[in-house]
Amino acid sequence: MRNEHKLRAKIRALTDGTATGLAILSTVLVVAPLVAIFIYLIYRGASSLSLDFFIKIPKPVGESGGGMANAILGSGILLGLGSLIGVPIGIAGGVFLSEYGRGSALANAVRFTADVLNGVPSIVMGIAIYSLIAVPQMHFSAFSGGVALGIMMIPTVCRTTEEMLLMVPNSVREAALALGVPNWLSVLAITVKTASPGIITGCMLAFARVAGETAPLIFTAFGNVGWSARLNEPIAALPLQIYVYAISPYDEWHRLAWAGALVLIVLIVLAVSLVRYVTSRGVMKGAS
Amino acid sequence: MGVGIEVTTLNAWYGSNHTLQDINLHIPANHATALIGPSGCGKSTFVRCLNRMHETNPIARVTGSVRIGDLDIYADAKPVEIRRRVGMVFQRPNPFPTMSIYDNVAAGLKLNGFRNRSALDEIVERSLKNSALWDEVKDDLKKKSGASLSGGQQQRLCIARALAVDPEVLLMDEPASALDPVSTSKIEDLIFQLKSQYTIVIVTHNMQQAARVAEKTGFFLNGRMVEFDSTHKIFTNPSDKRTEDYITGRFG
Repeated sequence: MRNEHKLRAKIRALTDGTATGLAILSTVLVVAPLVAIFIYLIYRGASSLSLDFFIKIPKPVGESGGGMANAILGSGILLGLGSLIGVPIGIAGGVFLSEYGRGSALANAVRFTADVLNGVPSIVMGIAIYSLIAVPQMHFSAFSGGVALGIMMIPTVCRTTEEMLLMVPNSVREAALALGVPNWLSVLAITVKTASPGIITGCMLAFARVAGETAPLIFTAFGNVGWSARLNEPIAALPLQIYVYAISPYDEWHRLAWAGALVLIVLIVLAVSLVRYVTSRGVMKGAS
Repeated sequence: MGVGIEVTTLNAWYGSNHTLQDINLHIPANHATALIGPSGCGKSTFVRCLNRMHETNPIARVTGSVRIGDLDIYADAKPVEIRRRVGMVFQRPNPFPTMSIYDNVAAGLKLNGFRNRSALDEIVERSLKNSALWDEVKDDLKKKSGASLSGGQQQRLCIARALAVDPEVLLMDEPASALDPVSTSKIEDLIFQLKSQYTIVIVTHNMQQAARVAEKTGFFLNGRMVEFDSTHKIFTNPSDKRTEDYITGRFG
């Protein structure tokens, strides 16, 4: 009898150990690629980083030096414009799906459209915006690039907003309504606010995803070797510049491409951290 | 000060389910009135009809009249106006999880456009004192989240939040059923104090609780109000056989 108890305890300890081990292994497998990419980027790109990289524009072929300052600025403008379009529309769509349209035919149609839009290859998005905006205007522009990125952000923002709002307990909505708060205000000031940490995560996911997009920009923002911050002119962008440099035959351009990739990733991490820091103030965390 | 409530031929439905049938009732001002009955008998639906929360469910419907003071709530006013005059405390504590203790209490006023900060400070303090929570939270008002409090404290926070908008009636839907005995007795003490200022309607599964806090008690069964009388009469000498069966534990 006692031996049987001991045996069972051993089996239990063994099962527990195995499960814990598997969980740790999975964590490592998830984190490893990110760490590996980051280390490799530092290894290949860090040596080409200099102050010039951040303040100078690309030099013509044959001249050494130069930087990607115009591409950094361009990416900033494109992402800013994209977020300006993608975040409000996405959040509004998510609020509609969760708070107003629940179960209606229109909501199902919106949800389906968002999912399909999410699956549209980014190059297709580029061509679509090219023919809708760039062709009628007869030139490439930062504006069309920003629109392409913004539309690509919508489905992610919309669906995460919906999911996060659905996680807000109904009792919280009832509490607000029972205080005599009008429904629209309860949605904005209570439900959306309660879900805001998750909604912000969704926006950041969408932001980080489009920050590295190249394909939708090829036919829209086009790229620019000089300075330009105008919305109606072609504009440089880090992913485009990395692409151009990486497929070039010059060693120095290859090194600059690595440096550009490193800068792109670091800037994305910085932007996401900054937004998280700024938006986390004023929102209380519960004990649970 | 509280006001009385006059309910006349109130009927309510969820979809095709006729959950309340011909309820007629006078709830006296500045007293606590308890509603008892087995699960699903309609007592929660009834209190939700008193602040028009019933109709927030899209399949819900209601007919009949409810007068709170001199206001016919289904004819004369909008739901938001009524809900400012009729506060509600729910079964499970439901503080706003991302707000501080202070903001939870101030939420009703702030969201309705109240901007006077010093007056707000006073109201928050008074409401928390009225809900017997002030001494436990006064040092953490803006530091701690409402969700970081214990269950009993959260429920008293919800009571403070309801009191802050200065209602005339306070509806409580099983306010202590999710709480431990110590917290429950605090809530009951609170009801005892509050009924001098507010008309209180409390739904409860706990018959001792009804006997302890309420002057009047109504017994609901299958969507109808079987009997309404003084609490003492209901628990010692009910006129209806079904009430007697219920309070003596023969069913329910």
